[in-house]
Amino acid sequence: MKKIEAIIKHYKLDEVRDALNKIGIQGMTVTEVKGFGRQKGHMEVYRGVEYEVKFLPKVKIEVAVPAERLEDIIKVIQDNARTGEIGDGKIFVSNLEDVIRVRTGERGKDAI
Amino acid sequence: MKRFLSILILIGLFSLASLGFAEEAPVSPSEVEQAAAAPAPTVDTGDTSWILISSALVMLMTPGLALFYGGMVRRKNVLGTIMQSFIALGVMTILWVFYGYSLSFGPDIGHVIGNLDWVGLKGVGLEPNPDYAATIPHQAFMIFQMMFAVITPALITGAFAERFKFSTYLVFLVLWATFIYFPLAHWVWGVGGWIRNLGALDFAGGLVVHISSGVSALAAAIFVGKRKGYGKEPMMPHNITMTLIGASLLWFGWFGFNGGSAVASGSLATSAFVVTHIATAAAALSWMFAEWKHRGKPTALGAASGAVAGLVAITPASGFVGPMSSVIIGLVGGVICYSAINLKSKFGYDDSLDVVGVHGVGGTWGAIATGLFASKAINAAGNDGLFFGNPSLLVNQLISVGAAWVYSFIVTLIILKLLDATMGLRVDHESELAGLDHAQHGESGYVL
Repeated sequence: MKKIEAIIKHYKLDEVRDALNKIGIQGMTVTEVKGFGRQKGHMEVYRGVEYEVKFLPKVKIEVAVPAERLEDIIKVIQDNARTGEIGDGKIFVSNLEDVIRVRTGERGKDAI
Repeated sequence: MKRFLSILILIGLFSLASLGFAEEAPVSPSEVEQAAAAPAPTVDTGDTSWILISSALVMLMTPGLALFYGGMVRRKNVLGTIMQSFIALGVMTILWVFYGYSLSFGPDIGHVIGNLDWVGLKGVGLEPNPDYAATIPHQAFMIFQMMFAVITPALITGAFAERFKFSTYLVFLVLWATFIYFPLAHWVWGVGGWIRNLGALDFAGGLVVHISSGVSALAAAIFVGKRKGYGKEPMMPHNITMTLIGASLLWFGWFGFNGGSAVASGSLATSAFVVTHIATAAAALSWMFAEWKHRGKPTALGAASGAVAGLVAITPASGFVGPMSSVIIGLVGGVICYSAINLKSKFGYDDSLDVVGVHGVGGTWGAIATGLFASKAINAAGNDGLFFGNPSLLVNQLISVGAAWVYSFIVTLIILKLLDATMGLRVDHESELAGLDHAQHGESGYVL
């Protein structure tokens, strides 16, 4: 099993969610996050005073997936989160030891 | 020291109060003579309605100011900032009743201050006082003027936002009102006041409210010192939406501030109402366009600040100028104030919420503009300004502006020096880092 963490733009969230839904992904966790990458921050001016906003708001989605479906899912996320502009985000993949469904106690793939 | 001071204040207030209660004076002989000589003034219900409504409108400006300022500070200081404005409603109201109204509008002593005849509102009843407003109950005039006394010191708080100690602030309110607001109000509006006698015009408080608070703000910003991390850490406004709600309430309340200053309903109140709105709209636009050109973006904070600058600028002129003059006063006001706030960083003081740039500069422009654009065609009781063929009014305006600047600046410095030596002006280092909300009030503005 793999865990995918994707940092994407806010306004791409619905597209990504719907596309993942279509290929049968049944759950995800979404968090509002802040950070910076190559896009860096931007300047804001309040009454003539400049402030550098160093961390930009993004959305992080977390999905647990069976290893064999990993590439399909990465592709769907990438296709739907992409605008081609700097700041589209990143997808992190890591190994997932176990998953437990709280209600039934099922474990592993069955619990995803 | 703290306890001693508060006890002293309480004793002072109670003794004043008892003075007021002790003498429910019967009508004095001189008053009877006056009444016999002139036809007794009668209360006009229309005028009274408008002044009572105006009083309520001006009252709402102080909570409006609280939100305007509250949105501009960091979230850890939102309640501390709001509280500094809101509590002025409490402190100034009681001061006004005990002795403030008497010092401001009571019988004149030497053209500089009212006497204590009206302490505890003694003799300030429901009959009109023709010296100030012949067609409304004296108490209606009193409560209308009270709302001005409430908001004026609250305006200053923007200069020392995010670092001033609340206990010291309460004493500052008392001292500032006593030694600056009440005398100034008397000079400009009180019968016998020297600026009033000079013939300088201030319809709704350019001098008394905006120059006094704006210049005191300059003294305070310099004397209190910068916020920790000023110029290094980001100190962005935490809620511009709140600031816009506040600016809108100020705009709304200002119709009472200026329109009510006619102290009657009718044509002059209408004229003041109309030019107030026009100048505000013009200044919101001119600030926005100036910023757009200068910085590349038209900001919401800029439009709101421009509106307030326009309200300030038109205030002294509002009863004396026509619609087209008010367009110019607003347009110029927005640009001048925008330029002033940009200069601030060059001078290096931390006037955190730009009280100097908006109220000091805007009020000064308004007082000068009154000397330029005033017209007897609008208000026969006023005067003609420079553009209507009378240069002498402008001279009087400049004298009054100079006097208000010098007096407010020096006396504010003295008050702050005194408070610095006794109570301390600023919260301690840890409290400033933690924020006023938690450190001074034990609350949080937001739970999430």
